[in-house]
Amino acid sequence: MPLVKAGRIVEDRFVRVLDEASIPDGVAVILPAARLLADARDLVLRQAATGVVWPNDRKVAELAPYLDWIALVALVFPNFRDGRGYSQARILRERYHFRGELRATGQILRDQCLFLQRAGFDAFELTKDADAAAFVAAVHRYSVFYQPAADGRASTLTARLARVSQH
Amino acid sequence: MYIYDDFDRTLVQERVREFGDQVNRRLSGELTEEEFKPLRLMNGVYLQLHAYMLRIAIPYGTLSSDQLRMLAHVARRYDRNYGHFTTRQNIQFNWIKLKELPDAMADLARAGLHGMQTSGNCVRNVTTDQWAGVAPDEIEDPRIWAELLRQHLTLHPEFSFLPRKFKVALTAAAHDRAAVKIHDVGLRMHRNGAGETGFEVIVGGGLGRTPFIGKTIKPFLPKRDLLSYVEAIMRTYNQYGRRDNIYKARMKILVHELGAEKFAGEVEEEWQAIKEGPLALDAAVVADIAARFRYPRYELLADNPPELARAREDNRFRLWLDNAAINHKVAGYAIVTLSLKPEGGPPGDATAAQMDAIAELADRYSHSEIRVGHEQNLALPHVAQRDLPALWRALDAIGVATPNVNLISDIIACPGLDYCSLANARSIPVAEEITRRFRDLDLARNVGPLHINISGCINACGHHHIGHIGILGVEKNGEEYYQVTLGGRADETAELGTILGPAVPYAEIADVVEGIAAAYLELRARPGELFIDTVKRVGVDPFRERVYAAR
Repeated sequence: MPLVKAGRIVEDRFVRVLDEASIPDGVAVILPAARLLADARDLVLRQAATGVVWPNDRKVAELAPYLDWIALVALVFPNFRDGRGYSQARILRERYHFRGELRATGQILRDQCLFLQRAGFDAFELTKDADAAAFVAAVHRYSVFYQPAADGRASTLTARLARVSQH
Repeated sequence: MYIYDDFDRTLVQERVREFGDQVNRRLSGELTEEEFKPLRLMNGVYLQLHAYMLRIAIPYGTLSSDQLRMLAHVARRYDRNYGHFTTRQNIQFNWIKLKELPDAMADLARAGLHGMQTSGNCVRNVTTDQWAGVAPDEIEDPRIWAELLRQHLTLHPEFSFLPRKFKVALTAAAHDRAAVKIHDVGLRMHRNGAGETGFEVIVGGGLGRTPFIGKTIKPFLPKRDLLSYVEAIMRTYNQYGRRDNIYKARMKILVHELGAEKFAGEVEEEWQAIKEGPLALDAAVVADIAARFRYPRYELLADNPPELARAREDNRFRLWLDNAAINHKVAGYAIVTLSLKPEGGPPGDATAAQMDAIAELADRYSHSEIRVGHEQNLALPHVAQRDLPALWRALDAIGVATPNVNLISDIIACPGLDYCSLANARSIPVAEEITRRFRDLDLARNVGPLHINISGCINACGHHHIGHIGILGVEKNGEEYYQVTLGGRADETAELGTILGPAVPYAEIADVVEGIAAAYLELRARPGELFIDTVKRVGVDPFRERVYAAR
């Protein structure tokens, strides 16, 4: 499953740790949500990066106490029609100002990458190689954005306001 | 008319290019049908019984004559010479080939038309009063707010994969012609005690298999907060709306299961967190959008000019005038409805030739503007009263001057089993037969204003729950049956209809409708009492006794 970051296919430096498995030292890991919440006091002392897979039916507000030291939050798209992760991503970025890696995992298509990016994701686990190859073109398909979101792109609201003030 | 600027035009063109690429990937097999489905739906492309269907949005029901000519061109070039106007201010083409869809969309884009978000689990075409901007009873033009919402909710990165479809309607008139209480979000503009205009926010209305009248969660929302408050509603729905069962996924179910108060509380909490953010509407932004709505330069005219008085001596003209023309907010002008409900014809269809002719008449008599209403008729919104006789002759010649507007033969119907893969029963032939039964317009006029709504299945695209007479097609042992309800209405006193009695087979449904009309004539207190008021006063029982006694 290719991982795309900053527009390029990259090696995944994180290792997924399953529920009962031991956590390797010195390696960046992604943990299940329950594990993170249970062991947070120890995990914060780890030398290597710690990330979490957060399910899409749980409030991301629960993650707030840990966001200053978590390196990665992976949000889950069980199928490409389930859009809960978009709201979770925006809340993490815009309300809790999470600055670590926000990764989209599960079933996603290239046609959704721009929406995902606008919602605040900066890493994408794509199921299809062809989608990973087409990523850059897919996120540059549009030059007009009607609404502000988590990506900081200027929306037409702002652009029109600038135009109005020039008059 | 809203005039697109370079932002709007660019976005539509970029969308067409993206869809062209998606169609190519589907044709090459790179996309499976399951993957392609949500993508095509969000561009208004359905797979129907016989072919792909393309649904084009007509935002707030306003069309320019050039746009109508473009719809005629698409009907002629890519379809079978006609289009079907729907109950949600859209037009549908039923016979388009998948490989020609991108070309059809590119042609439409040249006229600023598109199918974005006309289907799929996203925010659909925002609808409003078809007489916005010309209705004497509106407090301001609702289209400015509908346009702000349209833009905000178009290709919204967070709300393009909702649990289910999402419909927003807005009215600014005393009489609600936009049916806001049966939408996921209904917005009613009104003035508060301080004289400011704002929105009553109504949520969780909808028809389908579990009909609900919407509930008010905010009696007065200031205009500056429109986008942030709608965003808060959408975010609440996107996160908590059910995704385990397609029949329980609409927002009305969430509102019902949580309770309106709890739902309102969730929305309020979310809204407080975002209301002072970038979505707070700047007056300059609103003014900029408002400035791109163009209004005709009306002449200074008086009501009832002598040309009109003379023409009224012609009986046929007078009957049409009294039926199809209503007051405009500017003196000397009229709003004219064009009936797309000819005797024996499918409701809401217009041929390419009719569309071209109507565009021409709009140029000559209506400042190049046409309106599309949810009753599946068209309207010319700015006609000088002195031009009405000439306009009538031209409309009569192309078959859109049947004086049956708002009468029993002005039927709203979904496409039904003739086209739709979801339907259990036919709708169009039922509508056609009823128009034949009431071809005698003296009888129809005697019965008076009466809305019949027909749906071919429980999904209720024909809005049968809110028809004065509602007809729902069901299937019984492989046969088409029809269940009848009475007393539904969609306006400011919205109500769902009550079931009249056992469903009847296809061959008998028109008889039942005739029986209901006859019962009404017997039951009404006086000739002026409307059908809907008689039903309200006496209930459905006396109707049931009379209609079913004879069976």
